[in-house]
Amino acid sequence: MAVTKASKDQKYDRQLRLWGDHGQEELENAHVCLINSTASGTEILKNLVLPGIGAFTIVDGHKVSGQDVGNNFFLSNNSIGRNRAQAATELLQELNTDVSGNFVEESPEKLLDNDPEFFHRFTLVIGVQLPESTCLRLGSVLWNANIPFLVCRTYGLVGYMRLVVKEHTVIESHPDNALEDLRLDQPFAELKNHIQSYDLEGMGKKNHSHTPWIIIVAKYLEKWFSEHNFQFPKNYKEKEAFKQLIRQGILKSEKGTPEDEENFEEAIKNVNTALNPTKISSGVDDIFNGEQCNDITSQTPAFWVMTRAVREFVHNDGGGNLPVRGSIPDMIADSEKFITLQNIYREKAMQDASVVSKHVESLLQSVGKPSESISEQDIKLFCKNAAFLRVVRCRSLVEEYSVETVNKDAITSCMDSADGEMVLYLMLRSVDRFYQQHSRYPGVYNYQVEEDISKLKLCVNSLLQEYSLNVNVKDDYIHEFCRYGASEPHTVASFLGGSAAQEAIKIITRQFVPFNNTFIYNAMSQTTATFQL
Amino acid sequence: MADAEEPEKKRRKIEELTEKMAVDGGHGDSGDWDGRWNHVKKFLERPGPFTHPDFEPSIESLGFLLETCKILVIGAGGLGCELLKNLALSGFRHIHVVDMDTIDISNLNRQFLFRPNDVGRPKADVAADFVNNRIPGCKVVPHFNKIQDFDESFYRQFHIIVCGLDSIIARRWMNGMLISLLSYNDGVLDPSSIIPLIDGGTEGFKGNARVILPGMTACIDCTLALYPPQINFPMCTIASMPRLPEHCVEYVRMLQWPKDEPFGEGVGLDGDNPEHIQWVFQRAHERAADYNITGVTYRLTQGVVKRIIPAVASTNAVIAAACSTEVFKMASSAYIPLNNYLVFNDVDGLYTYTFEAERKENCSACSQVPQDLQFPPSAKLQEVLEYLTENASLQMKSPAITATLEGKNKTLYLQTVASIEERTRPNLCKTLKELGLSDGQELAVADITTPQTVLFKLKLTS
Repeated sequence: MAVTKASKDQKYDRQLRLWGDHGQEELENAHVCLINSTASGTEILKNLVLPGIGAFTIVDGHKVSGQDVGNNFFLSNNSIGRNRAQAATELLQELNTDVSGNFVEESPEKLLDNDPEFFHRFTLVIGVQLPESTCLRLGSVLWNANIPFLVCRTYGLVGYMRLVVKEHTVIESHPDNALEDLRLDQPFAELKNHIQSYDLEGMGKKNHSHTPWIIIVAKYLEKWFSEHNFQFPKNYKEKEAFKQLIRQGILKSEKGTPEDEENFEEAIKNVNTALNPTKISSGVDDIFNGEQCNDITSQTPAFWVMTRAVREFVHNDGGGNLPVRGSIPDMIADSEKFITLQNIYREKAMQDASVVSKHVESLLQSVGKPSESISEQDIKLFCKNAAFLRVVRCRSLVEEYSVETVNKDAITSCMDSADGEMVLYLMLRSVDRFYQQHSRYPGVYNYQVEEDISKLKLCVNSLLQEYSLNVNVKDDYIHEFCRYGASEPHTVASFLGGSAAQEAIKIITRQFVPFNNTFIYNAMSQTTATFQL
Repeated sequence: MADAEEPEKKRRKIEELTEKMAVDGGHGDSGDWDGRWNHVKKFLERPGPFTHPDFEPSIESLGFLLETCKILVIGAGGLGCELLKNLALSGFRHIHVVDMDTIDISNLNRQFLFRPNDVGRPKADVAADFVNNRIPGCKVVPHFNKIQDFDESFYRQFHIIVCGLDSIIARRWMNGMLISLLSYNDGVLDPSSIIPLIDGGTEGFKGNARVILPGMTACIDCTLALYPPQINFPMCTIASMPRLPEHCVEYVRMLQWPKDEPFGEGVGLDGDNPEHIQWVFQRAHERAADYNITGVTYRLTQGVVKRIIPAVASTNAVIAAACSTEVFKMASSAYIPLNNYLVFNDVDGLYTYTFEAERKENCSACSQVPQDLQFPPSAKLQEVLEYLTENASLQMKSPAITATLEGKNKTLYLQTVASIEERTRPNLCKTLKELGLSDGQELAVADITTPQTVLFKLKLTS
């Protein structure tokens, strides 16, 4: 079947509605590296291959075992004895011919020894079931090369992810419940004039009932001001009184009963949110005060140049406010009134964006870069999303593992709930310690389960001691982790596969917000937690 | 498409290739190789501190999963494909899958058991074939059917039923079916008549997974209020006051198409026909231009006409995995099952919330308590009908109401058969008194949301 743009649009239709054509393009330009094609690894890749990642490369020095085939959909029993990277690549490639699948029959340790720069070609590296030492070595290489690193493991009924990225900026975070940007507390000139043009008292019934609620609230605010010394309704009591004021404005029939004016009901319903003061969130404020925002150089990424430009706008042109977003929610109104009102906001947004554009231009000029290096389209998109900018900065693995910088507070306070997810994190760290000492994981064979419990307990204690963690790890968890025997049940691997793949897609598309920085899944209780370690 | 010329030939070629890559023992060879079930066995054969109180480690448990346990998977789509894979790799071999749909190209971004050459074929058949080929010994039995095609005798044979449906109506029907299988001895529920229902749902980056023990824990209808009814645009907006591009599309779909009948008399709008969508798109665009509305695109048009819900592989993987873990826990008694509702959202980081949904005391599906309907005798039957459809806890679609009057079963109103609808339509304008209904009268209501009639008790208020 010929791969045309149209057929790709059809195939990817359901996901294009989430991240758009531009997000898809980022995905198709990405090259992801997976280390270790165990079930967790192939499940992660499956969820990247299906949506059309550009390319993947599996790095795996292991040979396929009977056990591997048993829990892995992308290994078949006639591949037992073959290199695992090669075997898995075949069956993953088959999922989507748009994707380019590659493999390297080599252990990551060897590559780190001989050719660490091998990893520099990737958009993102996903490390699965890595021993601690390999993980830390690779972590350093990728940290220094500024390549995002996603560490994943399935250990019995526990799933674990760790995101390691120095700084990840997000323009399109697509927040679930965004507040509207209506500026009713500080109407800009064009909006003011437009509101002025309405005469609610002088209107005929049809127009009255089809006036947008934004206009209604604005008009009644003016009324309220004149009666309340230009103060906004502040508390619950005043807001209720304000709603009553609006309600009194509903037309009455000859008999004196209120008419059915849905637009007025909408106005009353929206009073609480409409009266939210226009202001910049603390999150965005923090971003404005970021280091990169202050020192613009020719190396500064576009995100920071635009952030700085918007900051300039806020201080010089916006009266302390972000550029107007330009969108309004749907509301009961006739077409003309609604479209006209919508255009007032849209045009203001365009105006503000072009002022921001000028700031971008002068910033680029000041560092000797052409103004075309940041497109109008990008600036418009940035302005539209200015209230929702997010920056994710993860601590490095070195910081997490080092005694001087370990996040003792987070670990200790989370351990107050002794059966939460934090104890699972400590157990994962402990089995790593066990592996370092014994070159195997605890309880792999039935006869080992009992005797390994006390050995694992020693590892737990040495871990807690080394980091001076004054917490108690219940014996039950030590027993449970011996019971797991480093198994990788498919359903847990699959849960992790879905979770990790979406985080990878967030990193690649720069849309939606990645987690920061440790995620634990407990399949026993079907609960999860995210820690910043 | 050029490939449509020789689909059979291409399909057989792909099958051959897949066979060479996959199973080496040929079909029907369930020979387990060394270590195959190592990952699973650790949870069946070893004692542990967090296992279910009923759990007994045993070497026989794996045999139960492999040889005896029978699982039904409803849906072979985004969730269904994942469920089949997960169950097969967890030791389940006797799996049935029901799906009434055929494969569409837009399924391919997540329904990974299907390939471009499978487009047009029944999902259940292709899914079963793929899994049986890839996982030696697995015997997935497909059913290219609606769930309503089967009765109690079919559903009764399964140990656990897991749903990956895309419709609330279908979920409620399944829920009702399992409730109808329950038997009570002297008012006490017989536990052996309970078939656990594990239900998963996804939408974009959101999803949920729940465990239902019919008759014991909250059922689908108990929590119906969690699914608020879909709000459609008001007719006056669509007809004369469009403001959004969506309004323009709905105008063409609901008003212009029936009037113009562009593809022939009586030819309905088929959301899967690109020519139909193109026609709607063009006219919606024209209408939008008349009102200075921007934003009508082909993609938006299709989305509105087909009520498309965005979907990705990752969310389906997560929810199906959670559901499959619960199936495993139930079947093996390895751990206490989820009690009972998991919500997932990975728009901003990864968020989950696990809680116990409570049974509704007077749930119309599972409480066994006949529902009260309170109306004055002067109320028209139309009002009763509206209540049944609009009430948040009932949300019926097109209820048919019957009552026993003067010893005879009388249909008061039925919408789904044209001739009966016409005959009973006048009853809608009659009052309950005029229809001869008395206080305490039992009304039997049938609807597509439930396989069994729901009994209501009419309470006439003064």
